[in-house]
Amino acid sequence: MITINHYLVLSAVLFSLGTFGVLTRKNAIVIFMCIELMLNAVNLSFISLSSHLGNMDGQIFVFFVMTVAAAEAAVGLALMIAFFRNRESIAVDDFSLLKW
Amino acid sequence: MENLVQAALANVNFSAIMPSLVLVCFGMALLLIGVFSRRGRTTHIAWISIIGLVITGIYTYIDWVNPETQFGFAGHVAQDNFAVFFNIIFIAAAGLTILISDDYLKREGYPISEYYALILFSTAGAMWMASGTDLMTIFLGLEVLSISLYVLAGMFRNDVRSNEAGLKYFLLGAFSTGFLLYGVALLYGVAGTTNVADIGMYLSAHKAALGNPMTIAGMVLLSTGFMFKIAIVPFHMWTPDVYQGAPTPITAFMSAGPKAAAIAAFLRILMFGLPELHAEWGAMLWLLAVLTMTVGNFIAISQTNIKRMLAYSSIAHAGYALVGLVAANEVGLSGILYYMLAYTFMNIGAFAVLILAGKQGEENLTLDGFAGFGYKRPFLGVALCVFLFSLMGLPPTAGFAGKFYVFAGAVKAGYIWLAIIGVLNSAVSLYYYLRVMVYMYFREPTEDYSWISMPVGAVISIVIALFGVLYLGLLPDCVMEMAKMSIF
Amino acid sequence: MEIMYFYLLAAVAVASGFMVVTCKSPVNNAIALMMTFVCLANFYVMLDAPFMAAIQIMVYAGAILMLIIFTIMLLNLGTAVARKGSHSVVWATVLALLIAMQGYFVINRGEVSGITGEITGEMVKKVGHTELIAKSLFTDFLLPFEIASILLLVAIVGAVIIAKKEV
Repeated sequence: MITINHYLVLSAVLFSLGTFGVLTRKNAIVIFMCIELMLNAVNLSFISLSSHLGNMDGQIFVFFVMTVAAAEAAVGLALMIAFFRNRESIAVDDFSLLKW
Repeated sequence: MENLVQAALANVNFSAIMPSLVLVCFGMALLLIGVFSRRGRTTHIAWISIIGLVITGIYTYIDWVNPETQFGFAGHVAQDNFAVFFNIIFIAAAGLTILISDDYLKREGYPISEYYALILFSTAGAMWMASGTDLMTIFLGLEVLSISLYVLAGMFRNDVRSNEAGLKYFLLGAFSTGFLLYGVALLYGVAGTTNVADIGMYLSAHKAALGNPMTIAGMVLLSTGFMFKIAIVPFHMWTPDVYQGAPTPITAFMSAGPKAAAIAAFLRILMFGLPELHAEWGAMLWLLAVLTMTVGNFIAISQTNIKRMLAYSSIAHAGYALVGLVAANEVGLSGILYYMLAYTFMNIGAFAVLILAGKQGEENLTLDGFAGFGYKRPFLGVALCVFLFSLMGLPPTAGFAGKFYVFAGAVKAGYIWLAIIGVLNSAVSLYYYLRVMVYMYFREPTEDYSWISMPVGAVISIVIALFGVLYLGLLPDCVMEMAKMSIF
Repeated sequence: MEIMYFYLLAAVAVASGFMVVTCKSPVNNAIALMMTFVCLANFYVMLDAPFMAAIQIMVYAGAILMLIIFTIMLLNLGTAVARKGSHSVVWATVLALLIAMQGYFVINRGEVSGITGEITGEMVKKVGHTELIAKSLFTDFLLPFEIASILLLVAIVGAVIIAKKEV
């Protein structure tokens, strides 16, 4: 029998993996992918809680999280392209003018 | 089918979102006008956006006069006095920012008409955060605000520092969004709803849920997300870099409007949603308030770039606002509202003077660059002095009254030590603010500051900010009454 | 049977999540991320949320990941040798462990709310998931829906003005 706890633990594991990635990786685009992983972990929590509680709020929240993720992807990748155009790199080590 | 439409329409209440609605309409109109305007011509767009803000202000005034709280959209917004007071702060921040922007953008070579539309959209996002009574509305408002700001911070496409500021703000902002959302998910799991008031009702009805680790974890993660946005130590790392790299008017805007919006949403969630956990979040915020004030002030001492120094000082000021939140009594909470309004005027005023004093690229905004500034440019010198006095918290300026109320709230709630640490920190801050004045008046001028022009918008903005700082400082009672009526 | 399937999928999801974090080349990261998205879509179906599974594939795997891969190709990052990064492994591990601990707490002592709403698996099958979502989206959640449209407008305008070459 799959309980709600199974899903919540899986989601916590994925979330902490994402956090670990954000803090250790240097490439901006990989960091962004790790953030997407975190958001997906949250989505899993929301949907499992929603079906456990029997109301729609959580799933609607996921709907909006996806919207936000898409909007962030568009803006974030545009920022990376602009940065790359000037610096030929997107490693956060190269954020040299302003200390990271 | 018919009854579905009826059910949908029954929830609609436009008067509850009128100010933000006006801003959004003006924002979209500005995008269109920008397309049909000649390249590089942005002055008329700036003035149209000012008209939009004035109309928003009128609607906000109508909301204030009307004592009834407007609810709408199935419990998603409540246009109460609290939201209206914060709307005033956002309108002031956006208006002053737009007034100082036009000339600056032309000087730096980026007359982009979408800039003004994005400022209006981000102000609307801030309004949804302040008036949102559901975590979903607050979250979406926060994202509208943040995404506009990522773009605005990185808008100088060919300037590496601006690119970096935008990218860094984006990465850390998205990271903090993850934490915020995870906190929301856990609270949703505990209470079965995302409505702030319903969460509070569930927690007070089910005392067992208070000891549930999920509730505590949810609260901590949610707070982490907001603290990133308010720039509370230890989540402040992005602030100095982003504030220094972003276009200066945007720095001024970010330190006033969005910060106030995050504080508003945080306050509403803590006071309505999690009042039962006051002991826990009170202890957590006590520690963070002390850390934030101390770290912000002490690092600000060693800065020579004035923009960066003001960034660190804005961290310290967020710490003073937290003091009122720890107290969580009438004086403390209304003190926060008052303080944020005062901070908006004094900080944007100080940045307005910096913008006028800067050359293209703003390499000269260091302490040495201000040598003798006060004699060569007496009006700007005096104005900057007034703003700095206010940031220090000396009477008779707005900063003094604000700090007084916040610390008085802490003393009243029994947090004597917190108030003492706050006052000591203000004393530390005297050093680095006074140092700017020493350079302005006691150093031989090395430049004649002949590049400074006095565009109408910036002068109006400095005069308004001066008026605001002195009015709030000399006659605090009237606004304080308003702030007292605005809290719950 | 179902629980075996759950464990299998969970193992794949965690393994590919781990690859997102550790793989050296961004293209491999992206492919691993795609794998995680697909696993999560499977979970959504198991949780009686087929509509969410569909938009998970369409939005995440179809749109966002394509955007990421396009950017990797555009910036020609696929072949770049990633430098070894270890600046804050300790702190990152501590933080990640803290969050994982919280997962442990959830299974041991935490308790999900006892509230049960009216939406059950049978109801989803009878009425249709899309219809249920649409009904709440356009009645109770009308305002967030409208705000989301403004959000997308801001993102479009923002992406264009940042990525454009000339003013």
